[in-house]
Amino acid sequence: MLVQLAWALLLFSAFYEGRKRMIIIQIICSYLATIGFGIIVNIPHKALNSCGWVGVLGWVMYLVVKAADGGTMLANAVAALAIGLSSIFMARRLKMPMILFNIPSLVPLVPGGQAYKAVRNFAIGNDLAAISNLVQVAMIAGAIAMGFFVSELVARTYFRIIIKH
Amino acid sequence: MTKNDLIIETILMAGKIMIENGADMARVDDTLTRIARNAGIDNPKIFETTTGILMSIPEQSSAQVEPIQKRTIDLEKVSLVNQNSRAFQDGQISLEEFRNNLVKLNISTPFFSFWLQLIAAVVVSVTLMIMYGGSWHDMIATAFAGGFGYSCYYLINNRLNIRFVSEFLASFLIGVIAVLFVRLQWGTQIGMITIGGVMPLVPGVPITNAVRDVFAGHFLSGMARAMEALLSACAIGMGIAFVFRFL
Repeated sequence: MLVQLAWALLLFSAFYEGRKRMIIIQIICSYLATIGFGIIVNIPHKALNSCGWVGVLGWVMYLVVKAADGGTMLANAVAALAIGLSSIFMARRLKMPMILFNIPSLVPLVPGGQAYKAVRNFAIGNDLAAISNLVQVAMIAGAIAMGFFVSELVARTYFRIIIKH
Repeated sequence: MTKNDLIIETILMAGKIMIENGADMARVDDTLTRIARNAGIDNPKIFETTTGILMSIPEQSSAQVEPIQKRTIDLEKVSLVNQNSRAFQDGQISLEEFRNNLVKLNISTPFFSFWLQLIAAVVVSVTLMIMYGGSWHDMIATAFAGGFGYSCYYLINNRLNIRFVSEFLASFLIGVIAVLFVRLQWGTQIGMITIGGVMPLVPGVPITNAVRDVFAGHFLSGMARAMEALLSACAIGMGIAFVFRFL
C-alpha cells in the first residue's frame, strides 16, 4: 500500500513539475473529504484513517491518469480499480467489511459537475446540451462500475490462486 | 423455544440489521449462510432482497419471513454484526449471546453527534469544491451552503422521516444560498458552490451497492437500490432546477 502510494506520488510529481503546492493541497483535501463522508455514514473510528488513505490513493490515481492525457473515463476506471483493490486489502487487514472503505473513497469520483450541468441545462431549456451531459454522467458511472468489477475479479482470482497453493 | 427457532430468529435479525443499515447483498448472503453453517445447519435456504428476507431449514416444513421497511445508513452496525459473526465462528460466544448482542447493538450503537456530522458535511463540501477546481474566494459560501443543506436534510429525515422530500428541500436551500451569496458579491461561481454544497447528500451508498449487487447476481436487490439512488439524485436535481427556473 505504502509502496503503491509512493509510486503514484513519484509519477504524479513528474507530471506536475513545479506545481508541488497544488499536489499537497489536493492530497490534504481528498483525505479530509473521504474522512468527512466517512463520518456522515458512521463508519467505525478505527477505520477512519485507513479509509482516508484509500481515498487519497484513488484521487491521486485519477489525477495521474488525467495528467497523462488518459481521458476522463479511463481516469475514473483506474481510480475505481485502485480504490477497489486497496479497500479489499484494508478489509483483510482490519477484518472489517469492504464497503466501509470504498463508499467514502468513491465520493470524489462521483460525476457531480456533469450532473449539475445536465440539471442546469434542462432547467434553462437547453435540452441537447443536457442530454450530452447526462450521457457523460452515465458513462462515468459505468467506468467506475467497471473499475470495481475488475478489482473484484483480480482479488477473487488472486485469493483462489493463494488458496490452491 | 427450540434450537432451530433460535437459529432462525438470530439469522433473520442479523440479516435485517445488515440490510437496514446499508450492507450489500453478497456480504449479507455470505454472513447469514456462515452463521447458519456454524450453528449446525448444513443446507440453509436463505433468500434475501432489499425489502425482506425469507429463510427455511430443509428438515422443517415452515419458513420464516422478515419484512424490511426502513433503510438508513449506519455502517458501524454492519461492521459490528460482522464482528459478532466472526466471534461466533471462533466459538467465543454462544448462539444466545450472539442474539442478545444483536438486540443490544441494534438499539445502542453510538452515532457521531449531529455537530460532528455538520462539521464533516462542511469539510466535505469545501474540500471537494477546491478539488474540482473552485476558487478560494468561494470557501465561505460553500461552507454555508453545505452546512445549511445538510442540517435541513438531517432534521427533516430525523423528525418527519420523509426520504426524498428532505433531499429536495435541502438542495433547494443550497441553490438559494449559492445564488444569494453570488448576488451579494460574497462568492464568485454559483456552479462550484452548488456542487460542493450538494456533495454530502449524494447517494453514495445506494450507488455503490447497486453496482455490486448486480455484478454479484442479486438483480432484484440491485435494481431496488439503483431505483433508490436514482430517486435521490432526481430529488436533488429537481431542487436545483427549481432555483434556476425561478431565481
